[in-house]
Amino acid sequence: MTGRRWTEWGVSLPSLAWLTLFFVIPTIIVFGIAFHAPSADGGYAPGFTMETWKAVVRTPYKEIVWRTIWISAVTTFLCVVLSLPCAYSIARLPTKWRAAVAGLIMLPFWTSFIVRVFAWRTLLNPEGFLQHILIVLGVADANTTLNYNSGAILVVSVYSFLPFAIMPIYTAAEKFDFSLMEAARDLGARSFFAFRRIFLPGVRRGVVSAILMVFIPAIGSYVIPDLVGGKNSELIGNKIYQRTFPDRNLPHASALSAVMGFSVLVPLACVAWWLKRQDAREAKRLAEATARKMAGGAA
Amino acid sequence: MAGEFLVFDHVTKRFGALTAVDDVSISIKKGEFFSLLGPSGCGKTTLLRMLGGFERPDTGRIYLDGKDITDAPPNMRRVHTVFQNYALFPTMTIWDNIAFSLRLARRPKAEVEESVDAILEMIRMGDHAWKYPSQLSGGQKQRVAIARALVDRPQVLLLDEPLAALDLKLRQHMLLELDTIHDQVGITFMYVTHDQGEAMSLSDRIAVMNRGKVEQLDTPAKIYEAPVSSFVAAFIGDTNFFAGEIASIEGDYCTIQCPGFASIKAFNDKNLSVGQKVHLSVRPEKIRVTLNPPPPEKGAGINVFQSTVTDVIYQGVYTKYWLKSGDRSVSVLKPHSRFLLDQESITWNDRAYMWWHPDDGYMIENFSELDEQLVKAPPQTPKEHA
Repeated sequence: MTGRRWTEWGVSLPSLAWLTLFFVIPTIIVFGIAFHAPSADGGYAPGFTMETWKAVVRTPYKEIVWRTIWISAVTTFLCVVLSLPCAYSIARLPTKWRAAVAGLIMLPFWTSFIVRVFAWRTLLNPEGFLQHILIVLGVADANTTLNYNSGAILVVSVYSFLPFAIMPIYTAAEKFDFSLMEAARDLGARSFFAFRRIFLPGVRRGVVSAILMVFIPAIGSYVIPDLVGGKNSELIGNKIYQRTFPDRNLPHASALSAVMGFSVLVPLACVAWWLKRQDAREAKRLAEATARKMAGGAA
Repeated sequence: MAGEFLVFDHVTKRFGALTAVDDVSISIKKGEFFSLLGPSGCGKTTLLRMLGGFERPDTGRIYLDGKDITDAPPNMRRVHTVFQNYALFPTMTIWDNIAFSLRLARRPKAEVEESVDAILEMIRMGDHAWKYPSQLSGGQKQRVAIARALVDRPQVLLLDEPLAALDLKLRQHMLLELDTIHDQVGITFMYVTHDQGEAMSLSDRIAVMNRGKVEQLDTPAKIYEAPVSSFVAAFIGDTNFFAGEIASIEGDYCTIQCPGFASIKAFNDKNLSVGQKVHLSVRPEKIRVTLNPPPPEKGAGINVFQSTVTDVIYQGVYTKYWLKSGDRSVSVLKPHSRFLLDQESITWNDRAYMWWHPDDGYMIENFSELDEQLVKAPPQTPKEHA
């Protein structure tokens, strides 16, 4: 090993040790608990069993899993769509304004997440501000319920996770060479076409980060559905809570956590694979070009 | 201004308190290679960006082929730009980069392929068609940027300091290439540069700009030999300024009395009369420097001054001398013809003669003290400090 590699190891070792000790090992322990039987004191009994997994498969979670996925997916989609013009605009501001505006985007984080979600509960209340406006506008009536449904979860999720989408896209947009947009306009492209065909591919890595940054917390979301969701809009995060505390069935909760973990890892692996394939494609194109050149030379 | 292809009509552009382009009127002929030359901040790039549609003039109009294009957005003008940093699309192959404008115009597929392949052939980049911009060298990127802007045959091609990022050898090579491309396509080129060498060697005509205004618009030779202002004389090439007063007039010639120097004979092309103040520009390469006085057959009417050599800068093609005569330091370029090892060369502290013909001085109409700073100052030797 060269000296440089030793330095690399030396620098990454502390964080590697930390993550192994407090993240990888606990995750394996949680996963392992799913193969035990529950004990009466809320813990787990010794001895291997597949009973918990059988119980998980028997319980009709299909609806909840499906709801968790679609709400997370739609939240991610809306966050990215809203973030793109926002990040674009911030990146086009004069340098002195950029940091200030980016700071404003992060400002909500100064308030506790739970307090902010609770504020939405008040806003969405039948006696609340939003419902009054909607009634005045004639869009809703007194019987409409804004709170305690999937729609409420979606709105609050988009609100909560939007900064996580704006930041990575903005970071990518800040590095983006805007003279490319001028070049596209110069060659005959309309503004929106230039945005779609030049800006969007230019910040695609930021978009990928944004997708991960929103999708992963959204799928494990627990506070939002708990506070603004209703009985018919529970997500998998709520179920894990219920199994752990009211039901005192730790193995069942562990099994559900594992399911959730994999449902995050699978899209993550897909994205990684997609990025790798893109690089491979570029390499392949180059190889083809070289082959073409050789063929041309032979002919 | 009928018959002109591209017209800037009293165009002014301000950015806050700064007037970037100040009442500029230029007309350019179809197929011309036209250069905007000036120091950074002179407004040349702003003028180019207004033609490209990226800036809107505050007052004045721009006409292209008889049509007013002042308010047209960039995508509605048949004017393409070669950007200084090339601005090639990094996520597209070279082929796709070049095909961009043709596909936008929804040309038939066969035509797109034919045009792109033809222009790739012209810039000798056929082998690199499927590469990405990041895989090309600076000179190759430059050629692709030009091809991309030319492929759908725009009415005007704008080039914004296109060679600034290349090294010297490549720059010289690309100059020739640009000239060839211009001859091949016959499209009007508008070239922005701060490099006088580039502008001189490529252009049919040059507009020299300074502080938002066009100082002089003429052919390269006229601009070099007959500068209208001290700015043009000092910015293009190097020169010596002599300030003085007309002392006497002898036919077409006159004698200028220069305080702190001597009397200089000059061609009186401005028809000045005795007593008028005048500034004379004499280019260093027009002045001869010899250890012996000039031979009598050169004529008695020439300017001959005795001087002391204060500095010698050997530069291969020529040697630059700083000669002191009276209170004045004068720069002189002496080309090398034959190199003889035993030849006695002129060196430090030699007494030497400098001489030039009265026709080689040129009277400057508009003189500004500020422009004297543009002229290279004589080096400060330790002796002068003491």
